[in-house]
Amino acid sequence: MRNGLPADEVRGQLLAFVTSLVDAEPGPDEDYFELGLVNSLAALELVTFVEHRFGITVRVEDLDLDNFRTVNRLTGFVLGKTAG
Amino acid sequence: MRPDEFDASGWDERGVLPLEMREAAARAGWFGVDLPAEHGGKGGTQAELGELCAEIGAVCGSVRALITVQGMVSAAITRWGTAEQRSTWLPALAAGEHLAGFAATESGAGTELSAVDTRFEVTGGAITVTGEKRWVTFGQQATAFLVLGKLDGRLATVLVEAGPGVSTVPVRGQLGLRAAMIAHVRFDGVRVPMGNLVASPGFGLSHVAATALDHGRFTVAWGCAGMAAACVADAAEHTVRRRQAAVPLAAHQVVRSTLARMAVDATAARGLCVAAARARDAGELDAVAGTVMAKYAAARAAASASQDAVQLLGSAGCASDSRVGRFFRDAKVMQIIEGSDQVSELHIADHLLRKYRVGGMT
Ligand SMILES: Cc1cc2nc3c(=O)[nH]c(=O)nc-3n(C[C@H](O)[C@H](O)[C@H](O)COP(=O)(O)OP(=O)(O)OC[C@H]3O[C@@H](n4cnc5c(N)ncnc54)[C@H](O)[C@@H]3O)c2cc1C
Repeated sequence: MRNGLPADEVRGQLLAFVTSLVDAEPGPDEDYFELGLVNSLAALELVTFVEHRFGITVRVEDLDLDNFRTVNRLTGFVLGKTAG
Repeated sequence: MRPDEFDASGWDERGVLPLEMREAAARAGWFGVDLPAEHGGKGGTQAELGELCAEIGAVCGSVRALITVQGMVSAAITRWGTAEQRSTWLPALAAGEHLAGFAATESGAGTELSAVDTRFEVTGGAITVTGEKRWVTFGQQATAFLVLGKLDGRLATVLVEAGPGVSTVPVRGQLGLRAAMIAHVRFDGVRVPMGNLVASPGFGLSHVAATALDHGRFTVAWGCAGMAAACVADAAEHTVRRRQAAVPLAAHQVVRSTLARMAVDATAARGLCVAAARARDAGELDAVAGTVMAKYAAARAAASASQDAVQLLGSAGCASDSRVGRFFRDAKVMQIIEGSDQVSELHIADHLLRKYRVGGMT
């Protein structure tokens, strides 16, 4: 929907959400999956958040650890999807 | 077959759900309520699915469990399957041509499913599955298992059809869900096509199994709301008719007080189920957490209402064909599966606290 979102805004929103989700502030390149920070409910909630907040649909093809495991990568993924 | 035609206590006593029941469930469309119409489902809402589970849960927990497992595996494939996997598996699951089993638990992995030992090895363009699963609902008859294991150390999910290399040991005489044809299932080097891997390795638990469990929690919640309401009805009916010293039991203040508590708990649980259905239908952010809350409240309401109902029915509640007696056993199981009460509390508190943490979002 909202084309051309500023990267900083997306990163800031993702970082805030992930921080509240895992009760720790991961660095933008820190792998919260490998750290075991994301339990099975939190991972689904992260997908719902990304879809809800940025108006995109996460599909099975998008489920690549490279897209999801750090805030910076997730930001890149959201920007790619919203750029249309 | 309508719920009022179920022989629920007979099935419970024999530990068997007859084939005709499963065929009738498929014909009635109970396996595809919320599946997309293009894949053989009815394309219905979560609210519609919930109401069906409440209606069936009020009569037979094992039939509701059948709808639950079929729905869990279907939901995981709908959400995370490829287009090919969806068109291959979903119509067969909706039509009941495939009976699903959700094979996650192992002797060393219950609440903490990331500890599973089942191995997936890629050899010669196929996946070899080796492991032992415990407590698979309808595992005695499932023809398609969604199996959680590890591929190169990463949690993954693979669809395995029953056949050579898949063996089952029936579980009998368990506390509840006695007609749910539970089995321990062993996969002994079973080879399946690469196309049976659902989502990439690394997402098997966090996304695929989690989606199945989220769906399962939702149908269990509604089934429990149905059980709790049935316990209220049976207790009210009994206490109005049953007299001791010419006085109906319901005339006693202490009995009324119990009935009031039961009714409030059952109604509140149903309210949380309705809220969860609404959140899921609207794709809301709180849908997953709302479902945990509904399941937790409804399982507790079913457990306490069935305990009170057995008490109020006295010996009638202890009889082998007593509905509330069966629910007393079934409801206890509901506080353990799909996220135990304790683990649900952790999730609910975690969700609550999130809003109050630094940078927390509402
Ligand atoms: C009738 C029935 C049907 C089932 N069907 C299926 C099925 O179809 N597929 C499948 O894969 N599994 C199935 N299961 C297994 C079920 O999912 C597990 O029993 C459940 O996940 C709990 O695991 P566990 O039994 O190993 O108990 P444990 O994980 O060992 O837990 C035992 C107790 O410790 C508590 N506990 C555990 N961790 C914590 C913690 N961190 N904090 C506080 N308390 C904790 C739990 O709440 C529980 O009370 C079924 C079980 C039953 C009884």
